[in-house]
Amino acid sequence: MKHEFIEKNVGWLAVLTAVAISFGGLVEIVPLMNDKSAITAQPGMPVRTALEVAGREVYLREGCYGCHSQMVRTLAEEVLRYGPASTAGESVWDHPFQWGSKRTGPDLARVGGRYNDEWHRIHLNNPRDVVPESNMPGYPWLAEQGFEAGEVPAMMRALKRVGVPFDDAAIAKADADVAGKTKADALIAFMQSLRFPKPLPVATAEARP
Amino acid sequence: MSEQRGTAAASVQYEDRAIRGFAVMTVVWGIVGMTVGVWLAAQLMWPALNFDTPWLTYSRLRPLHTNAVIFAFGGSALFASSYWCVQRTCRTALFLPKLANFTFWGWMLVIVLAAVTLPLGITQGKEYAELEWPIDILIAIVWVAYGVVFFGTVAKRTVSHIYVANWFFGAFIIAVALLHIINSIAIPFSWTHSYSAYSGATDAMVQWWYGHNAVGFFLTAGFLGMMYYFVPKQVGRPIYSYRLSIVHFWALIAVYMWAGPHHLHYTALPDWVQSIGMVFSLILLAPSWGGMINGVMTLSGAWHKLRDDPILKFLIVSLSFYGMSTFEGPMMSIKTVNALSHYTDWGIGHVHSGALGWVAMISIGSMYALIPRAFNRPAMYSIPAINLHFWMSTVGTVLYITAMWGAGLMQGLMWRATEADGTLTYSFVESLKATYPFYAVRLAGGLMFLGGMFVMAWNVWKTLAPPAEHARSLALTPARESHA
Repeated sequence: MKHEFIEKNVGWLAVLTAVAISFGGLVEIVPLMNDKSAITAQPGMPVRTALEVAGREVYLREGCYGCHSQMVRTLAEEVLRYGPASTAGESVWDHPFQWGSKRTGPDLARVGGRYNDEWHRIHLNNPRDVVPESNMPGYPWLAEQGFEAGEVPAMMRALKRVGVPFDDAAIAKADADVAGKTKADALIAFMQSLRFPKPLPVATAEARP
Repeated sequence: MSEQRGTAAASVQYEDRAIRGFAVMTVVWGIVGMTVGVWLAAQLMWPALNFDTPWLTYSRLRPLHTNAVIFAFGGSALFASSYWCVQRTCRTALFLPKLANFTFWGWMLVIVLAAVTLPLGITQGKEYAELEWPIDILIAIVWVAYGVVFFGTVAKRTVSHIYVANWFFGAFIIAVALLHIINSIAIPFSWTHSYSAYSGATDAMVQWWYGHNAVGFFLTAGFLGMMYYFVPKQVGRPIYSYRLSIVHFWALIAVYMWAGPHHLHYTALPDWVQSIGMVFSLILLAPSWGGMINGVMTLSGAWHKLRDDPILKFLIVSLSFYGMSTFEGPMMSIKTVNALSHYTDWGIGHVHSGALGWVAMISIGSMYALIPRAFNRPAMYSIPAINLHFWMSTVGTVLYITAMWGAGLMQGLMWRATEADGTLTYSFVESLKATYPFYAVRLAGGLMFLGGMFVMAWNVWKTLAPPAEHARSLALTPARESHA
């Protein structure tokens, strides 16, 4: 076929363009949706509590992913610095994923348990009180804001609709769980939950590629 | 800057209203987006600059910066130049000009909504796709309208061939619609909240398929369309190789779509996808350079024009930056290089060599060529000011990207350095401390680039509002454009 034909026919130009751009996504995305290693939860991984769900929402809304990754790559120096390499199974309940793309601050995938809650509270209020060289902004308002009734259950119901296995009892008492808690409390609870899931007693072979 | 619209096209009444709006807003949003960028660069050095105010905080303003420069500044330039180009090369007026005006007001509404919601922390939490679902729907509507106007205009052309610039603009419109819709699928649970339908590794793949092709189509194919119109026009010669334009067009659009996984090397994304992404990213060098060569070689036999025409300088230097960053990109997509470069400021440097050097400079050059014509003025008010702007842009870009290269390399090396006993040499914060001088140079580069935009704004202002005595002589020149 002469290329001239396409140049004179806008319909064919549009159709062939659409065909040319469709293969990449079909090959790279669609198989993942059925790839067990990518969609099976890491054994031993707990479902988030209401407070952790609320904290993850704070993490999203404040845009923490602009400076912090949550992805320990399979490189020796990363495992040394942060901990066990991240697996796909760890983030199957993460809508959206928060692997990040830039480390202006350190990776957070294994930050849980590294500092105590009080350290985090001081750090969130003004990071330079505990890390003098830090360039992270202070987030003092997080300690002053809470959650409205119904807010967190709505998050959990929406997440359940996209496949996170919350049980209805947990959703029902979500409001009570976050009552009186600030956004800082929630964010800290979420960060303390970021750790490699405890392996089950009889570990099945890890599905990590 | 001779007008070629003499004989055949003399009778065609072009519809340039939306173009004039988009052209002016290109300058306005450029200044807004880059001011936010400079502000953020300063915050990285002096974090107290958020004044403990949520909506002035880095993490909330960073998406505003990226959205403003990509979609507001770049988007306005693309709308203006594509509407301009498609009419002139198809020798026909815009299809449904009222719909074109709707795309202008619709796109401006999207931008204003973004500027309000992002600082308030209303976000989907997906990079470069932060806007919440009601705005996403508005974008989709405006984009479909854009497609109808553009392809409708091509369909009613009065010349038989579809000019190459329009292939690129067309591919950009189709691909961006596909990427935006698929990546934005989410479950809403209020007017300002939603969760992505995808999760984990799948979401990561969808996001970087979108993210990399926002680069490939929004920031590359669209701007190549701009290049294929304004470079030959400004040089006054036909494009260097017709055959090359065919080959690199199809190769570019087909290959780009596969390159996304290089953003996810060594992550929990399955290995086979990472490897495919790397291979296609390497192949991508060829069609990318095809475009650069075709643009630069269009000057063969007319190189002397570069000496006197600062608009041409913008266009050609932008192609040089394009060539450089499309060489750098494939290199960074090699897994072993990526192990060092990823997560560091090298990535920021790479992005800005493309964003400032290529996207912004080709847009600026094209707007300098387009604005006097669209507003029926003889030329830009001040040619020396364009020259000044050119040097501010070039020096600013070079300062910015060299600072970030240095910072990124240093960070990558510090993060992996180990002692003889196998322990890490540096803590994280030591690498941050060592980065501050580079951040200062980057801020200087950004300020210089932003300063150039103010020079442009002044020049455009003077061009559009000529002093009284000029206005009188202008009134004597016959109107060339329809003002309907």
